[in-house]
Amino acid sequence: MSLKGNLKNYENEKILITVNEEWCKTCGICLHFCPKKVLVANEKGYPEAKNIADCILCMLCELRCPDFAIKVEKKESIVSHGQQNRDLED
Amino acid sequence: MIKDITQYFRKEMFPHIWCPGCGNGIVLGAILRAIHSIGWEKDEIVMVSGIGCSSRITGYVDFNTMNTTHGRALPFATGIKMANPKLKVIAVMGDGDCAAIGGNHFIHSARRNIDITAIIINNMIYGMTGGQYSPLTPTGKYGSTAPYGNIDQSFDLAALAASAGASYVARGNIFDVSQITRFIKKALLKKGFSVVEVISDCPISFGRINQLRTPVQMLEWIKSISVSKKVWEKLSKEEQVGKIPTGEFLDIDIPEYTEKYQNICINIQQERRGK
Repeated sequence: MSLKGNLKNYENEKILITVNEEWCKTCGICLHFCPKKVLVANEKGYPEAKNIADCILCMLCELRCPDFAIKVEKKESIVSHGQQNRDLED
Repeated sequence: MIKDITQYFRKEMFPHIWCPGCGNGIVLGAILRAIHSIGWEKDEIVMVSGIGCSSRITGYVDFNTMNTTHGRALPFATGIKMANPKLKVIAVMGDGDCAAIGGNHFIHSARRNIDITAIIINNMIYGMTGGQYSPLTPTGKYGSTAPYGNIDQSFDLAALAASAGASYVARGNIFDVSQITRFIKKALLKKGFSVVEVISDCPISFGRINQLRTPVQMLEWIKSISVSKKVWEKLSKEEQVGKIPTGEFLDIDIPEYTEKYQNICINIQQERRGK
C-alpha cells in the first residue's frame, strides 16, 4: 500500500484488513455499521479486526470511512511478493 | 468497482482537515470510485469548487483543480467548459455555496444545460463558519442563528434543478454509498447539466445543536429521514413532512450548450465562406 503512516494489518487466509491509524480519526462509523461486528475498538479507539473470521467482504467499512483509513481486500487479489493487484473488479 | 482510489490523492495533503465523521470524505470516496470505474485520465478532469468545508475537496485530488470564490464554482466551471469542451468538468459545492450564495448561478447553469456535473454536498448547515442555518436546513431544526428552530422552508434542490432545465437530477445520502457512486457515475457520463445532491452529515455544527452529537447518531438520523422516491410518492402529505426522497428524479436527453454554440460557429463560418 502506498499510503504512508501507521499501518496495522489484520488477516486470515482469505482476507486482509488494513487500518491506517495515522489517517483514522476514530469517528466510529465503521465499528457501528459493521453488519457482522468484525471490527472492535482498541484502547485508543482505532478499529481492530478482532472477529475477522466473520467478515463477509461487504466493504461497507471501506465505503463509509470518511478518512480513507480502512481497506478490505480479498487475498486472491494480492500478488505473492506483496504488491497488490489493483486491476481486479468486484 | 476497482478498489484502490489512493492514486488520485495528493498524498502529502493527508490526513485531511475535515472533522471526525464528516461526510465530505465519504462523498470524495464515492466521486473517486465513480471516476475510477469510468477510467478517465487525471488530466482530462477539471474539478472546481467554491468556498466551504466541502470545497476543500479540490485540494486533495490530483486532477486539474480550482478553488474559486464563494458560490461561483459554476461560473468558473462554465468558463472552463466553454474554453475547452473536451474537458470533463465537475463542480463540487456545499449547500450554502450552491443554493444561497451561488443560487442564481445554479439555476442559470441548469437553464443553459451546459455539460457540467454539479455535486452538492448538503450538510444542511454552514459548517465552516459556525453553524448558521442555510437554505437547506430543514424546518424546525436548530442552528446557531436559529436558536429556537428554523422557521424557513428549505429548498428542494432536485425539483429546483429539474424545473430549471437540467438533464440529470438525482439525490442520495452518505449512508448508501454504493447508490451515490452509481448516481455520480451516471451524472459524469451524462451529456448536459447533471446534478447529484448528497445528504451529508455535520456532527460538529449541525449535530451538537440538534442532539445528534456523534457521527453514528447523525448517520442513523439521515438513514431514518431518507425514503426512496417510490415510497415517498405513496406517503400522505402529513407523513411526507420531515422526510427526504432519494433516487433519480430526471434523466432526459436535451441539446447541450457547448454543442449548440459550436454548431452556430460552424454555420456562421460556412455562411461567410459562401458569400
